[in-house]
Amino acid sequence: MMATALDSRKLFDQNWKRILFWGSICSLSQVFICLVGLPSELNRRILIESTLSLGYLFILWIPLAFGYIVSKIVELEGIEKPKSGAADLLSGALTGLLGSLGLILLMLGIENIDMRDPLINWNPKLFRLLTFENSIAFGTLIWIAVGVGLGTIGASLHQISDQIRKMLAYATFGLFTFAILEDVIDDLSEGFRLEWLSDLIYAKKGGMTVTSTIVLALVLAALPLLVRGKVKTTVARYRSEATPEGQRRNSIILFSIIAVFVIVLPWFLGGIINELLANVGLFLLLALGLNIVVGLAGLLDLGYVAFFAVGGYTTAVFTSPNSPWFSPETHFGISLLVVVVMATLAGLLIGAPVIRMRGDYLAIVTLGFGEIIRLLFLSDWLKPYLGGSQGITNIPAIDLGPWEVRGADPRSVFYMVLAFCVLAIYVSWRLQGSRLGRAWMAIREDESVAEVMGINTVNSKLMAFVVGAVLASFSGAVLAAKVGSVFPKSFEILVSIIILVVVIVGGMGSITGVMVGSLVLIGILGGPRQPGLLQEFQNYKLLIYGALLVFMMLKRPEGLVPTARRTRELHQEEYLQDAWLGDEETEETKEVGEKL
Amino acid sequence: MSEIVKKRSRSRVSGVDKFLTLVRVLMATLIVIGIVAFIAQQVWPGNPFADWRNPDARGLTGDQFKGLVVSGLSQGAMYGLIALGYSMVYGVLGFINFAHGEVFMVGTMSGWITSEKLHDAGLWESNFILSLFLIILVAITTSTVTAIITERIAYRPLRSSPRLIPLITSIGVSFFIQNAVLGLFGPASKGYPRLPEWLSKQRSIFTVEIAGTKILVMVVAAISMASLWYLVERTQTGRAMRAVAEDKEIASLMGINVNRTIVITFGVGGAMAGVGGILWGLLFRSVTHMTGFLPGIKAFTAAVVGGIGNMGGAMAGGVFLGSAESIAPMVILEPLGVPGVSQLKDAVAFTVLVLVLLFKPSGLFGEKLSQEDRA
Amino acid sequence: MSLLEIHNLQVTFGGLDALSNLDFSIEEGEIVSVIGPNGAGKTTFFNTISGMIPPTSGEIIFNGESVLGLDPNQITEMGIARTFQNVRLFPNMTVLENVMVSQHCRTSQLIIGALFQTKAFKQEEKEIRERSEEILGFFGTRLVGYRLDQPAFALSYANRRRLEIARAMATQPRLLLLDEPVAGMNPIETAELTGLISRLRDEWGFTIVIIEHDMKVVRDVSDRVVVLDHGVPIAQGAYDEVSTNPDVIEAYLGRPVEAKS
Repeated sequence: MMATALDSRKLFDQNWKRILFWGSICSLSQVFICLVGLPSELNRRILIESTLSLGYLFILWIPLAFGYIVSKIVELEGIEKPKSGAADLLSGALTGLLGSLGLILLMLGIENIDMRDPLINWNPKLFRLLTFENSIAFGTLIWIAVGVGLGTIGASLHQISDQIRKMLAYATFGLFTFAILEDVIDDLSEGFRLEWLSDLIYAKKGGMTVTSTIVLALVLAALPLLVRGKVKTTVARYRSEATPEGQRRNSIILFSIIAVFVIVLPWFLGGIINELLANVGLFLLLALGLNIVVGLAGLLDLGYVAFFAVGGYTTAVFTSPNSPWFSPETHFGISLLVVVVMATLAGLLIGAPVIRMRGDYLAIVTLGFGEIIRLLFLSDWLKPYLGGSQGITNIPAIDLGPWEVRGADPRSVFYMVLAFCVLAIYVSWRLQGSRLGRAWMAIREDESVAEVMGINTVNSKLMAFVVGAVLASFSGAVLAAKVGSVFPKSFEILVSIIILVVVIVGGMGSITGVMVGSLVLIGILGGPRQPGLLQEFQNYKLLIYGALLVFMMLKRPEGLVPTARRTRELHQEEYLQDAWLGDEETEETKEVGEKL
Repeated sequence: MSEIVKKRSRSRVSGVDKFLTLVRVLMATLIVIGIVAFIAQQVWPGNPFADWRNPDARGLTGDQFKGLVVSGLSQGAMYGLIALGYSMVYGVLGFINFAHGEVFMVGTMSGWITSEKLHDAGLWESNFILSLFLIILVAITTSTVTAIITERIAYRPLRSSPRLIPLITSIGVSFFIQNAVLGLFGPASKGYPRLPEWLSKQRSIFTVEIAGTKILVMVVAAISMASLWYLVERTQTGRAMRAVAEDKEIASLMGINVNRTIVITFGVGGAMAGVGGILWGLLFRSVTHMTGFLPGIKAFTAAVVGGIGNMGGAMAGGVFLGSAESIAPMVILEPLGVPGVSQLKDAVAFTVLVLVLLFKPSGLFGEKLSQEDRA
Repeated sequence: MSLLEIHNLQVTFGGLDALSNLDFSIEEGEIVSVIGPNGAGKTTFFNTISGMIPPTSGEIIFNGESVLGLDPNQITEMGIARTFQNVRLFPNMTVLENVMVSQHCRTSQLIIGALFQTKAFKQEEKEIRERSEEILGFFGTRLVGYRLDQPAFALSYANRRRLEIARAMATQPRLLLLDEPVAGMNPIETAELTGLISRLRDEWGFTIVIIEHDMKVVRDVSDRVVVLDHGVPIAQGAYDEVSTNPDVIEAYLGRPVEAKS
């Protein structure tokens, strides 16, 4: 039932309180971002030469977003909705203006008051950034213009047609991707001997050239017009393949395409990017394991890093000549077998006690276990066996006959990690479609009923723990060989939480989701101690992880690439409402009625 | 009555349960042996067990022991204050507010900023009592505001979600606050100015030597607890808080504004944590953005030990945990021959956490959950 | 030997006797109804047998073995299955998956089989699927075909109740406990399900205990009726006996007030 549209509001018929409210929040957010230091730090990364840096972008998205929020009118079934018009644009503009007010006050503040003592970013660097290396007056004018402009644009997003919105989305998102992936594209063009390509797109000092920006923007905006649903139909045809043979064929084709990409690409990429990909792979392996524990079996294990540590330390003890107490110096392959045994034991030891607990207690207890293990590895008590705070060094590279997997050769590490990831993906996939996978699903849905249906929940959950533990320990083993040493510092709770963020943001229970999550988060922002593609985020990635986790939980808990099932689980009410609208029983009841 | 064939083809006690009993017995044995060995060492130094496990031990003098107890109590008082927030939120909303440790840290940080300014202005020395009052006020305000904002933005929309979702969200909030503080104030550790001599000097109370600071901590903690008790037991607001903690639905039917009461609960928990923050800053004087992490988890342990949802229990649990953390390394671990026990203080706290949740999750005084969360 | 024998069952919750002095037995192949006013303890009765609540005292012997202290999944393995009064399906799993997963205790393949796709594993999966379709086929055309892949929460109420029963059937029980199987169904659906219950005993060989309020169903289906009131059995026997028993009538309708003279 469509809401009938009223005439648009008069220009000054504004909800002033609303504008004031959102305007203040806009203002506070902008000031907050500045004082946290994001713009100053990220100013190094230029997106469009001489025009836009990542630092400025972090301020600029705010009035845009709030302009959008302010003029958002919730459409309710059956209630008349006023048509969007100039009044909404004005509210957006005013909100943006208020936002800029905050920045102006900040500029004035930095010039006149010294608050550097608590607030370390209240400094000339920020001042120069805000005033655009000019005067306060100049800065004020620019920010007012920017605030009003972006606020208006944000508000206008409600009023433009879907087509145009799609074109804008393609253009913005595409440009952003090109700008972020500058280093990768540079590497690739060097590898393919197509340097002229990256020279064309990017400027010498970094960032895209203005010309290429405009050209790319136009091309990307035109894409939806050209492609126009061809992508959708192909995807739909892929998804709706009825016969199992057809499905198999489709999966094999898709899989081969991805495989070719993944195997061939590292040869054309430089050392740094390969190192990055190797890191992404290590975390992906961890995430796949946690995905089984959290996503499939529904156990929130916050001490997952303990299994990572078990794998790393077992490998270190068994392969390194420097291992203090017991130093058999076996081959990596043999130590891997020991790793599996140790990980299984660890999984059982940690899992058995927590199996019967309720969800949140399970989370905290596993966190406790993780910390106890780290503290024990760090302690002087176990120093004679495990090296204490100095850890164990001199772990040899992996000798695979003709090949060697060394930390100094990131490509080899990448392939080794890739092999393990493929194994992990296979394991996840097979287990999901098995009797055990179904048992996990049932346990997640309703544990007491699952028990009554004959499922031994204790054993099933323990299995999940053990599988997760083994996968994590593989990652630890490869890490040990790659870095050449293990320290307790590498196994803090931070790792568990970042893996959790990856799994959740990517999509709990979804293998593709976890892959996307690892690639995007670890690849671009970086891991707990490792930098990502954008090294500027080194000090701020945790802030963004935190914000991202909260945002995803509030808006899209099923993750970026969810499984259909998870979306259903989390949005059940909406589905139920739609289901109610259709009527299923009519023909059948008629039949039975006739029989009687 | 037909014959009852007692065919025990199925084991009634699973392997997991057998394992857990083993762990219980093992832990209890270790603790008892440790304590006995400790006593033996004090009474009969050079006994064969001590020679075997711990030849270099010097044992504890009476003063040292008392010193440990006092440290434990004062630290425990702070844990107790922070634990109140965890307990109250769990009692009302049924989830662990991971970010509460950061609420505590925010209090400590804002206290530092204020104390620095007061110190620069000379007020810190000249009028300490006023300064103390001011920093407590500032800390309470910032902590309360932080707690209330997080409730509004991150937790209220998730009121009806399965319990793990707010927990995960609170992890995100915790990270965010930690790193926001890092970004705003930098990674260097911040130092509270020294307490005036007349306050911090050692005093002798009932033959126990206590630093004045620790007395201050315990006194302030006691006052806060008393005020909280008064609020909860004797005022209308407190009654509303207890009603909402029992059963939100019925409370709203009785005309209580549930949302506002929840906000107040968060706020009060935040205020307590803020006070705890000031006390921490005065006692340990060093604060960073990570200061909230460990005490946060330990305070949660304290809340569970005392019985989650149970406010008196939270305080008792805090004191218990503080004492255990302080005494156990020397009294249990060292006699057993564990070297470097001072590092293992945190490990003791985590072990207490694990043991309590495994074997007595309802805590010492029993949990008080709301109707919706009771199994 | 009776299939199920219960002696002196007592279940007390914090001062309230949910069940007391309950003696009950059922022979293989019987259909027994348990009736009584609300709060009489009927669902508690089922909860105790299926292992979800431990009794305060008493004996429950199934097929010669005591069932006390066992986990619910062990009890299901022994051959007791139940449905729930308020339909507790696995809402986000499909109809087929709901029935497949209920065969868990009758199947045995573990991780190795799944990972290596052994012949035994594939064979078992095939059998599980076939058995599920067979069980679902028992309900006619309602739960087959495209319905197999629908998530359980999308089903209509009556279909959900049917799926509940299908799930219980899938655990291959000897004793089937049905908790208000026709509650909330319209007369047509009720009649259909009544017919199905008899077929469950005749074609599939289950021994059935039903909790019901609908007396027509009770009359049409039961061999025997047991009446509970406030946790105590007050009458047992054929439907006609029990329905005219004055104690039973009093339990439901109360005693007429004595006229004051």
